[in-house]
Formats: sequence, C-alpha cells, structure tokens
Amino acid sequence: MTRILPIAFNTYREAVRDRVLYNLIVFALLIVGSALFVGQISIEIERIVLINMGLTSISIFGVVIAIFIGISLVWKEIERRTIYTVLAHPVRRWEFLFGKFIGLFGTLTFNAALMCIGFFAALLYLSHRLGRPDAYILVAIYFIVLQLMMMTALAMLFSTYSSPLLSSIFAFATFAIGTFSEDLHNFAAAAHGPAKAIMTVMAYLVPNFSSLNVISQVAHAIPVQPGLILHNTVYAISYTAVVLFCAAAIFENRNFK
Amino acid sequence: MLALEIKDLSKTFSVGFWKKRPRCILKPLSLAVEEGEVFGYLGPNGAGKTTTLKLLIGLIYPTTGTARILGVPIDDPRAKTNIGFSPEQPYFYDYLTAQELLEYYAQLSGVPSGERAKRAATSLTRVGLKDIDRLQLRKFSKGMLQRVALAQAIVHDPKFLFLDEPMSGLDPIGRREVRDLIQELKDEGKTIFFSTHILSDAEALCDRVAVLNHGELKGIGVVRELLSETEGSVEIVWHGDVGRADLEALGAKTRGAGSMTRAVLPQARLNSALDALRKVNARIESVNPVRHSLEDFFIEKLNLQSQDRPEEVTRS
Repeated sequence: MTRILPIAFNTYREAVRDRVLYNLIVFALLIVGSALFVGQISIEIERIVLINMGLTSISIFGVVIAIFIGISLVWKEIERRTIYTVLAHPVRRWEFLFGKFIGLFGTLTFNAALMCIGFFAALLYLSHRLGRPDAYILVAIYFIVLQLMMMTALAMLFSTYSSPLLSSIFAFATFAIGTFSEDLHNFAAAAHGPAKAIMTVMAYLVPNFSSLNVISQVAHAIPVQPGLILHNTVYAISYTAVVLFCAAAIFENRNFK
Repeated sequence: MLALEIKDLSKTFSVGFWKKRPRCILKPLSLAVEEGEVFGYLGPNGAGKTTTLKLLIGLIYPTTGTARILGVPIDDPRAKTNIGFSPEQPYFYDYLTAQELLEYYAQLSGVPSGERAKRAATSLTRVGLKDIDRLQLRKFSKGMLQRVALAQAIVHDPKFLFLDEPMSGLDPIGRREVRDLIQELKDEGKTIFFSTHILSDAEALCDRVAVLNHGELKGIGVVRELLSETEGSVEIVWHGDVGRADLEALGAKTRGAGSMTRAVLPQARLNSALDALRKVNARIESVNPVRHSLEDFFIEKLNLQSQDRPEEVTRS
C-alpha cells in the first residue's frame, strides 16, 4: 500500500487539477433547475421526478467521467511516457494499475458524494422535510457507486491494450449492454442449442447493471431488500476484481517501446 | 561486486500487422560495470542504447538473457530500490510542480515522509533549479525538464544511475553543470551508466566506454588508455609553407592551416623532418605526438563489419 496510495492520490490530484470536478457545476445547475421548475410542471409527482432526474444525473455524470478518464488513464501514461520514470522506481506494474484505479474510483466516489449532498439539499427544498423512505435513496446512490467501480475497472481494462477511441466504443457498448443485461438473461433462458450457450456466456460476461438500478423503486419509496444490497456488493466487488486481474495480466506483459 | 552484469541480453520485436516478422533491436549483449565506475554507452541514433536501458529498467522484457543490478536480477522489484533513471526525453505530470513531483517519486522509493520535502529541495538545488516552487512543470523549458529528470533520478539517493542522453536539450552552461554533477556523483561513489552520442561528454566523464551500432556491441575501451594511446605518429606545425615539399618527400601528410603548415608523419622520421625544416630556416611552432581521441575509437568501431565479434579493447 505504500506505493499504491501515492499513485492513487496523484491520480486524484490530476483529476482535480484537470478540472474534472467542474462537472459538479453543471450538475448543481441541473438539480437546482429541477427543484425550482419541476414542481411547477408536475403536480403531486414532483418528488418522484426530482429523485429520478437527480439519481439518473449522478449515474450518467459518473459513468461518463469513469469512461472518459478511465480509458485514458493508462494509455496517457504510456503515450506521454510518464510511466517510464514511475516504473523505474520500485513499483510493480499491478501496483501502478491498482493505484490508478483506486485514485479514479476515489475521485468518482467523492464526486458522487458532493452530488449526493446537492441532491438532498434540492430534495429538502422541494419536500420541506426528509423522511425514512429517503434513506432508500442512499442505497440507490450506493448502487450507482458500485456501478462506477465496475465501469472504471472495465475502462481501465480496455485502455491497457487499446486506443482511447476504441476503448471508449467498447466501454460505452459494455455500459449499454450491461444496462439491459436482464434481457440477455431472458434471451438465454428462452434460447435453445448453441444460441443458449452463447447468450448465457454473454449474459454473465457483461456487467449486470440491471440489478444495480433501483432508481425507479426508491423514487416510489419502495424499500430495497438487504439481500439485494449484499448480493450487489459481492457481485460488484467480485466482477471488479476479475476485470482488474485481467487488466493487470495484460499490462504486466506489455512492452513500453 | 559488479554493479551491473549483463549476459546475452537481447530483444527482438514482432513487426507487421497481419504477417508478423521478427526485428532484432538488440543482439545478444554481455558486459559488466564495476561499482563506482562511470560507464559510457555510445552509439549513433537507433543503435539500441535506449532499448538496452529500457530492458534494464524493466520497461520492456528481454527476448533472451539476464542482467543483475548490484547483484539483484532485473526482474526482481528490489533491483529498483537502488537505481535512478533519467529518460532521454523526459515527460512528467505537467500539472505538478517540480517539488511535488520529486516528493511523489521519493515516496514511491520509500523515502520516509519527514525527509521527502528536504530531499526534493536538495535535489532540485543540485541540478540548478532553485526557487521554482510554485511553477507547474507544463511551464518548464526542455532544458529545465532535463534537469528535473536528473533531480528525480537522484532524489532517493540511489547507488546506481542510468542516464539516457542526460545532456540533450541543455545549453552549454547547462551541459557543463550536468557534467559537474555527474562528476560529483561519481566522487560520492555512485555507479553511472549513461548513454550518449556526444563524444566529448563521454571523454570528459567516463572511465570506460562501449560502442554499440545496429544493436550490436562493437567494442569496449578504457577511456584513459584510449586517450594516452599514440599511433607512433607526430604532428609538426610551422609558420609559412617553406619545406613542405621536403616533408612530403619523407612521407608526411601536409596541409595548410592559415599562415601555418601542419604535417603528420611517422615518429621514426621526426629527426629527418626537423633537419629538413631547419635547413630552410622554418619557424617551428609545435611538435606533438598524435593521440587517439574517443572519436577515433568510435569511428573505428562503427566501421567494423557486423560479423566482427565484440572484443575487450586493451592497448596498454
């Protein structure tokens, strides 16, 4: 950890100095605008609209940052040759990769936390008080953070062997397919023969973002089961670990010409 | 103990998109560097110098062979504890200041937190970069970045330094300062392996040099011996060009140099040549033995055919 943490902190510092957190301004404008105007155009359901809009924004902002920074995180180090002097120090390649991951994931979590504060402020402004069902919103945000963890790992995996353009295509495609992964499971269940095998492999290969999306549920104040929280936590950590392991295996064997 | 021991280290890349074909960048290389030595790694551009350094640093993997730095195999991360590396074209995190960058590298090398800031400041002072605390690296000139590259290589006080073209991008004063720094580091007992194609730098600093061309080691020589070596020839310089024909008759190669004439001839004919010049009352300016320069050694080795085997050059 003595080498992973400095790399992680430096990654965070890079994101901050490259003004990545400026996205918060756009988010703040969006959420304030929603809080002020949603009430006027949606009678009785303004709270639901605000929660849907706020949480979806946190998710989309996070995913876009995870992909755009994640895909360039490793590639940029190789392209700009900043990796040369880092690896000349007693840093193992997997430590470098893991440090970069922790740094970006930490940045995204911090970003999501700030958005979360802004979002709850807007919710308080609209509802005038916060109740017990609003605690479920925290679960939805936690699931978004798990989703960001998986997307960061995937973006980094793509960036260990591919150009930013291809990596971004892969990453966005994976995100889109992952969002509808429940349908893939349904197709697999309905298919026969080789198609069933292919669909089943595909369904397990892409991240299952369907089960991480409880935005609509919490907007309607429906509780999230503790079993789902545990399942999603174990799934997201395991998936991220496997993806990072693959990324490290590729990165370990690369020649930096 | 040897500071660096390389045995049959080679690198072949696969090139081509569909049909991969091998391209040998470094042919099997074996050499050793003693502790405390300044070792110059010479060669024209594209000779394989940077490839060798990348292999030793672990940025690329060897196709064959092994190497040990201070007794530790290069694939062991501990090998990097005691090395510093300055790349040929230094690129750093340009959003950091030089002080921040050096503290970061010091941290990666395990320098205790209480010492990092001081070590970073000292290293920057040693390379001539003082009072630039608040300036981000994106505002640095190429020469300044080259100095930062050297500073980060020494910030953790390593025993072994790999410097890839450390003088490139520096103005004459900067080159002189870096030369002095390398000499200081040598005096501190550090082993320095530096690649360059600037022969005067190697001549001024190195104990030994190796010449590389087309990925193949062409020869290794002790600089002191190479420079003290004479070829059994002398050079006579005199005013005017009287007696020039007489010396040419003795087998001298002559040429005019402004108001003077310069002749190079075998040592055995020196007395005859001086007698001939005295006869015509020539005003002799100087008589000197012709010495080898590193450039002669370099050119000689580069002219060798590729099938020639590398050899240890000892002429004393």
